[in-house]
Amino acid sequence: MSSYFHPFILPFCIGTLVLFAVIAVKFYRWISGLDRKQKKNVWMSLLTVRIFPSLWRIFKEIVKEVLLHVNITRYNWRMGYMHRSIALGWFLLIVTGFVETLFHFRGSGHPPWLGIFFRFFVRDYTYGISRVWADVMDLLLLYVLSGVSIAIFKSIYSRIVGMRKNTRLRWFDICLRYSLWLIFPMRLLSESATAALTGNGGFLTQGIGDMMPTEFAQVMEVPFWTAYSTCLCVFFVLFPFSRYMHIFTEPLLIVFRSLGVREGSQPTGYTRMELNACSRCGICIDGCPLDKDLNINDIQGVYLLRDVRHGLPHRNATENCLMCDQCVVDCPVGIEINEIRKQERNKGTLDTHDNYRFLDSVKSFNAIGRIAYFGGCMSHLTPGVTESMKKIFDAVGQKYWLMDEDKTICCGRPLLQQGFIAQAAELRRKNARLIVESHAQYLVTSCPICYQSFKKEYNLPIKVIHHTEYLAVLIRLGKLKPHKTGLKVAYHDPCELGRGCNIYDEPREVLQAVADLVRVQKEREHSICCGHSLGNTALDVEKQDKVRDAALRNLTADHPDLIATACPMCKKAFQHGQPTHVKDVAELIAEQL
Amino acid sequence: MSDRTTTAQVAVIGGGPAGIEAACALSNNGIRVSLFESEPVLAHNVGNKFKLFPDFSSASELVATLSHKLSGSHVSVHLDTEIVSMEQKGGLWFLTDNYGHTHEAVAVLLATGYDVFDARRKEELGYGIYKGVVTSIDLESMLKAGKLVNVLGEQPQCVTFLQCVGSRDEKIGNHYCSKVCCVTAVKQAIEVKKLSPRTDVFLFYMDLRMWGQGFEELYREAQEQYGIRFVRGRISEAASTFDDRVQIKAEDTLVGQPLKMSTDLLVLMVGMEASCGTKKLASCCGVEGAYGFAHSCSPYLSDNMTDRQGLFLAGSCKRPMSVSDTVNDARSAAVGIADYLKTALSN
Repeated sequence: MSSYFHPFILPFCIGTLVLFAVIAVKFYRWISGLDRKQKKNVWMSLLTVRIFPSLWRIFKEIVKEVLLHVNITRYNWRMGYMHRSIALGWFLLIVTGFVETLFHFRGSGHPPWLGIFFRFFVRDYTYGISRVWADVMDLLLLYVLSGVSIAIFKSIYSRIVGMRKNTRLRWFDICLRYSLWLIFPMRLLSESATAALTGNGGFLTQGIGDMMPTEFAQVMEVPFWTAYSTCLCVFFVLFPFSRYMHIFTEPLLIVFRSLGVREGSQPTGYTRMELNACSRCGICIDGCPLDKDLNINDIQGVYLLRDVRHGLPHRNATENCLMCDQCVVDCPVGIEINEIRKQERNKGTLDTHDNYRFLDSVKSFNAIGRIAYFGGCMSHLTPGVTESMKKIFDAVGQKYWLMDEDKTICCGRPLLQQGFIAQAAELRRKNARLIVESHAQYLVTSCPICYQSFKKEYNLPIKVIHHTEYLAVLIRLGKLKPHKTGLKVAYHDPCELGRGCNIYDEPREVLQAVADLVRVQKEREHSICCGHSLGNTALDVEKQDKVRDAALRNLTADHPDLIATACPMCKKAFQHGQPTHVKDVAELIAEQL
Repeated sequence: MSDRTTTAQVAVIGGGPAGIEAACALSNNGIRVSLFESEPVLAHNVGNKFKLFPDFSSASELVATLSHKLSGSHVSVHLDTEIVSMEQKGGLWFLTDNYGHTHEAVAVLLATGYDVFDARRKEELGYGIYKGVVTSIDLESMLKAGKLVNVLGEQPQCVTFLQCVGSRDEKIGNHYCSKVCCVTAVKQAIEVKKLSPRTDVFLFYMDLRMWGQGFEELYREAQEQYGIRFVRGRISEAASTFDDRVQIKAEDTLVGQPLKMSTDLLVLMVGMEASCGTKKLASCCGVEGAYGFAHSCSPYLSDNMTDRQGLFLAGSCKRPMSVSDTVNDARSAAVGIADYLKTALSN
C-alpha cells in the first residue's frame, strides 16, 4: 500500500475529509431544522406504500436535474450543455476512475485516493484493455474541458449561452470559480506529464505527453500533480461556503421536496436547503421585468437567495418585486423564491384586534342551492366584470350569492404578499366561516388573486373555480351559446391565474367561442406582468407603467382589435395605458349572449 | 395637381374659438387665411355646452357670434376637412388633408384644441355601465333640453358631482389640472338647483380652484343661496342599487370618515386631454409637449411660437384653457403671425 503514497495526495485527502465533514454537519442541521409540519409530511411519505414510486421518482429527478440538467437545457441548450458537461463529465470521470481502479486491482487492496491519481501510481498500465480505459477517461476529460471553455467564454460574453446577463458574483465565488476552472487543465497536464514518461496515456494525454520533452516532464510531473491536488483541496474546503454547495444540496432538496416538504410562512431547515440549492445560474435575471424594463438589477431571485443565505442586507431585494413568479417558473432547480421572499417580508404579529372588529358585522347568507360569487376588491374597481358575470348567471338560470356586494372582506392575499401574515389569517378565518355557513355549492371568483388565495390558502370544503373555468364548463355543456364575432383578440395571461394557478387553456377556450385569438409572442408561462401587481409597493406609478407598456407592446404586436384578460388588476392597468380596448373574458361573453 | 392645391398666407387648423378668432383677426388685416375644421360644424366643444361660467351667458350665442364673424370675413373655410400631415419645404408649409389635397401656406396656426377625457377609463366610477352615471358634457345637454331626470324618468332627489375625473390623476397618467372643471361644476350645480330646487346636490372635490374673476363669488353663492353641499374627498367606486340608483363609496377627508350614499345621478367632471388632432400634428411637427399637448417656445413672451419657423399655437392645444383665455390667446397669436408674415414676405 505504501507504494501508492506520495505527499502530493495530502491536500486532496484533507480537502475531501473537510468537505464531507462540513456537508454532514450542514445536512444534519438542515434536516433537524425542519418544522413540525414538514417533519410530519416526511414521516407520512416514508411510512406509506407511496414511498416506492416516490423513490423511483426521486432517483429519476436527481439523474435528470443534477447530472443531465434537463430543465436548464430546456431553457437554453448551450447553457444546458455547459452545466451538463461539467456535472455529468466530472461525475463520470470519478465513477469511471473508480471502476477502472477496481478492475485493475480485482476489487480490493488499494487506497481510496487511487481512483483520482491512478495514472501516476499505476505507471505500467499500458497493455491491452488499459488503452481503452485511458481513451475513455480522456474522452470524459475532454467533455469536461469543453464545458469549462464555454464557462470561461460565458463569463466574458453571456450571450454565448443565450443569457442577457451574467450574475454578479461575490469575490469569494469568483476565486472559487477560478480554482474549479483550474482543476481540469491541471489534471490534463499532470496526466500528460506522466504519459510522457510512461506511455500510459489515452489519445489526448498521450498526444500532449508526446509533445513534452522528457526532461521537462521529469521535472514537472510531481509539481503538476501537486498543483492538481491543491486545486482540488482549495475547491473542496471552500466549496460548502460558496454557491457550489448547490451540487450536493440539490439532490437533498429533491429528496425532501418529493417527500412532500414545502416552504411555510417561517424559514426552516428546508429554507436553508433551498437557499443552498441555488447555483446562481442567473436564469431568473433573464426573465425579470424589473431588470429588463427598469434596469433594477439587485432584487432578482438569485440576489435575494444569496443575501438571505449569507445574512447580507436585503431589504430592497425583499420588497421591490412584482411577485409575478416568472423567476419561479424559470428556475431550473424549482426553488420557491417568492415563498422565501414572503417569509422575509413578514411584518410580525397582529398589532391590534380593533382593526378587525368590523369583521363581526358581516353576516353570512343562506345560500343552499346557490353558488357563492366573490368578485374581489379589484372587481369593485371594474364593475364591468361583475355586471357581466351577473348577466351570465341570470342567462343560465344559476342562482348565486354575491358574497362581497356590499360589505367586503378582502381575501387576505394582498396582505399576505406584503408580509402581514397574521393579519391575513384574520381575514381568511372570517371569510372561510362565511362560506362554510352559507352552504353554497361552490365558489366562483373573478379575481385571480382571490382565486389563488381561496384555492391554496383557505382549505375550503367546497370547490373553488375562476370564472374562466366556469364559463368554459358552461360553453362545453352547451348552456352558453355566445355568438362568434370576427374580433381579433390577444389574450393576456394574468400572473396569478397562469403562473400562479396553471390556468392557461380555459380562458383561451372561452375566447375562441366568441373571437379569433391572435398569437402573442410571450404568452402562457412567459406572459409579461402588467406591472401593477399588488405584490410590489416599492415601485412608483411611472415605473409600473414602464413594465405595463412592455406587456402592451408584446400584446399588440399583431395589431389585435382588443386585449382580453381575466384579471381586474391587469384590466385596470391596461385601461390606463393605451388606446387599444381591454376587456375581461366575461365581458366578451356577456356581450355576445 | 394645381386644381387640388390651395394657397393662402396663413392656414388655421381647428375651427373652435381659437381658430375662428385668430382667422378673423388676420383676415381683417388683409391677410389671406384658410381655416380647416375636421368636424362638420364649428366650435363643437363649446357648442356642446348650455351656459358659460361665470355669468351664465349662452354658449350657443357665443358660437353664433363667432360663426357670424367668420362668415363676414374673407376667410376660406373648409369644414369636414382634417389635416392629417404637414411638412415645411423652402419656407412654405404643405398641409395634406383627408381627401389627399395639398394646401400651401407661409404660416400655420395650430388651434386643434382638446378632447374630453373618456370616463370609461375610470371603470370604477361606472360610466357606460350604470345608467345613473353621466359626464359633465351629458349634463350640459340635459340642461340644454331643460329636462333633468333620473334613470326612471323622475325628478332626481339627489345629484352628486365628482371633480377631477381624468385630471390630477397619477394612475391615469394625467398629473395636470384641467382648470375649468371646478367652476363648471359649481355653475352646473347651481343650474341643477335652479331647474329642480328640491334636489339635494353634493359636490366631491380635492380642492376647489376658484382662480378667475367672479368664480369665488359663484362658489359662495352656491353654498349660501343654493345650499349645495361640498364634501372634500374623492369617490372611490360606484355601484348600482336594486332600484337603479347609484351607490357611491367615498371618504370625507375633513371629518376623516369613510361614507357611503346613494344618488340618482353621479356627474363626472371630465377633464381635458390633448385632442387626437393636437397629438397627431404636434408630433408630426416635432413640437409635442407633455401629455400630448403642443409645446410653445416659452410661456412668457413667446407662448404662441414654436421651435418651428412659421408654426404658431393658440388655445387649448397647448394646455387646458377657458374660453375667454382661448380667445385672448388667439388674438395674441394673430399679432405674432402678422409680424412673422411681414418679415417672411419681405425676404
